[in-house]
Amino acid sequence: MSTSTSAFSSLKSKAKFLVSSPARIAALIGGFLLILSLVERLTGSTDISSPGTSGATLRFAIPLLMAGLGGLWAERAGVINIGLEGMMIVGTWTGAWFGYLHGPLIGFIAAAIFGLLSGLFHAILTVKVGIDQAVSGLAINLIAAGGARYLSGIYFPPVGGDRTVSPLVDSFPTFTVPGIAPLLESIDAKEIFFISNLAGILNGVTKEISLVTVVFLLFVPLTSWILWRSKFGLRMRFSGENPMAAESLGINVYRIRYIAISISGMLASLGGAYLALVASSVYREGQTAGRGFIGLATVIFGNWKPGGVFAGSLLFGFTDALRVRQNESVMSLIIVAGIVAALLALYFAIAKKWKPAGFSIAVAAVALWINQKVDVIPQEFVTVFPNFATLIVLTFLAQRLTPPAAAGVPYRRGSE
Amino acid sequence: MRKNRIFWGAIAPIAAIFTSMVLMYIILSLRGADPFALFKLMVSYGFDPRNLVSELNLTVSYYLAGVAAAIGFKMLLFNIGIDGQYRMGAFFGAVVGAAIDLPPILHVAVIIIVAMIAGGLWAAIAGYLKVRRGVSEVISNIMLNFIAAAIIAFLLSPKLLGSLPEGSQNVQTKPIPASGQMPTIKIFDGEVYSVLFLAIFVGIAYWIMLNKTVFGFNLRATGLSFRAARSSGVNAPGMIFVTTVLSGAIAGLVGIGTLLSDTHSYSMAFPSGFAFTGLSLAILGRNHPVGIFFAAFLWSFLERAGQVLEFEGIPPEIVIVMQGTIVLSIVIAYEVVARINLKQQQRAVGKVAAEPVIEAEVK
Repeated sequence: MSTSTSAFSSLKSKAKFLVSSPARIAALIGGFLLILSLVERLTGSTDISSPGTSGATLRFAIPLLMAGLGGLWAERAGVINIGLEGMMIVGTWTGAWFGYLHGPLIGFIAAAIFGLLSGLFHAILTVKVGIDQAVSGLAINLIAAGGARYLSGIYFPPVGGDRTVSPLVDSFPTFTVPGIAPLLESIDAKEIFFISNLAGILNGVTKEISLVTVVFLLFVPLTSWILWRSKFGLRMRFSGENPMAAESLGINVYRIRYIAISISGMLASLGGAYLALVASSVYREGQTAGRGFIGLATVIFGNWKPGGVFAGSLLFGFTDALRVRQNESVMSLIIVAGIVAALLALYFAIAKKWKPAGFSIAVAAVALWINQKVDVIPQEFVTVFPNFATLIVLTFLAQRLTPPAAAGVPYRRGSE
Repeated sequence: MRKNRIFWGAIAPIAAIFTSMVLMYIILSLRGADPFALFKLMVSYGFDPRNLVSELNLTVSYYLAGVAAAIGFKMLLFNIGIDGQYRMGAFFGAVVGAAIDLPPILHVAVIIIVAMIAGGLWAAIAGYLKVRRGVSEVISNIMLNFIAAAIIAFLLSPKLLGSLPEGSQNVQTKPIPASGQMPTIKIFDGEVYSVLFLAIFVGIAYWIMLNKTVFGFNLRATGLSFRAARSSGVNAPGMIFVTTVLSGAIAGLVGIGTLLSDTHSYSMAFPSGFAFTGLSLAILGRNHPVGIFFAAFLWSFLERAGQVLEFEGIPPEIVIVMQGTIVLSIVIAYEVVARINLKQQQRAVGKVAAEPVIEAEVK
């Protein structure tokens, strides 16, 4: 009895701590922008804060965000969803096919429904039947990939003897936030320190954005509200932290998990549909390209919080955008990373934390060395930056992460 | 009791395969095809001698991946990093093999050892993170797979360790000289890779290690109960680390057959997806060296025989769905059987515990 009440109060204290979190994220982004403007001024390259890059960042970030939120929903309820990649494939395929037949809106609705079903499938296997969560997720990835290829082979008209690409789908209407684009452009052109960079970035994210992007972004505050302000969210987090205690207080853990994992599948699938319907206008085999796993990484990176998942997906979407753009922006980014590492070293040295200080100095030194000695950053490394960053976070910050205590732990009603 | 266990152990895989065949029957019927005719066609195509040879070669690769996964499973480790470990093994085996010049047998031995070391060292990262940092091996290995592929793609550039042969679009490592190649056995117009014998050896060694050595005992003990093993003097964290490395070393061998008997150089054309295959086979074969062999053969048989479906207008990827269904059905079957057993035990215990009380009341 006492353990369950203390679990409740610890959940409440976590909720209080989060109130300050948006302000912290804003401060971090502001500081990052400041260093970025400085580096751009020094190197003379302006690609990072150009509207093109910020627009592309948003486009690449949304699928990761949706997959990440999907992972968050499942893990907050206590089940790890390694099948995110497969559920994204479900979304790309159904989104493109139904979008082609009945228009993009129906495509999204179909992707949501089939995603919900794929999530429900994972829920039945892991919650009701109780098989290993990793096996179930990986099997879903396999079945979705194979199934999509099978169905493409049947339904898609052949393109050059190949049936791996869907027919073109009508694109969703885009809109530009009225009235501010000329203003932002004129500020951007004046090259005022910091303000122009900010204007360039804002211009990119307010120009020709899809309505879908805006709606999907709303899932961040919505998830946040559900998790920390609603009764269902409290029960969901409780099921993820201590299902036994939750059950003893009369919470139906199975039902909560069914709902949460189904929504997890729906979100990941919508992220996949975004890839097919907004970021491009066709389904292509292998379109998800491991984004489900990067979504899983953003959950860790974002410390199991919606705002953190959003920040993580922006960062990874940013590297994704840089990959397809110029290489010099990657180099400027390395300088930014070097400066951040040097500042961190200073901070740790003042706090007399010598071990992290030494590590930060080493990172800064590596950044300096790369900047001096390497001409071109190989594209392969830009591609796996999210994976690498996650591994680093897990290695050095694992003690500061607060994953749901019961995530991944099998739970059966009525047994220890 | 033992007889009972063997019966249930065999019935579950058969039930799983049957379930997936029923599903396939439904899917094929929906296509308007005659499922039984197609099954017959698949069987006759799959057992065609020429195809049997290539199935056997694929079986060997899958078998090694399965054994690598099984070693991990015995320690409750989910080695999803087999993909990265196999790539590292094949790549560095190819690079070192092309760079050195040794007498025939020694040359092959060196390549095999290098591949095992490369796979083992790559797995050691995940092992270290697991033991020292408490990082789940599932997440770290997924990330490491992507990183391994990127590192190799980078090192394969012609400026570094790769080369671009004339008239080819595929970058690959420099070719391994004849002294570092493994012979093949010619049967039915096909060539069986002699790495088959290495795989048989690995299977036997795995069984002996697990069942007849102190190390194997400690391994199984730690897998069954970390705390119990630790309190009885086993260095349990050390065992986890060593097991991870061992699993990675075996995974490093997965690409050796193709490398030393067929292509003689590593390229990006080397297949991927061995991780989930290996894990599936270990589950299907119940971590037993003979069981894994049959599972590996079933997998490569399905893949090869599935190709015939293409001529009938059925996309052969249906086989992937079938494999996924088999794995799911089997884990569900194991889970259900385990629960039935548990219930029976509870009932038996309950009976024994209840009897004297009733007698006492009667008296």
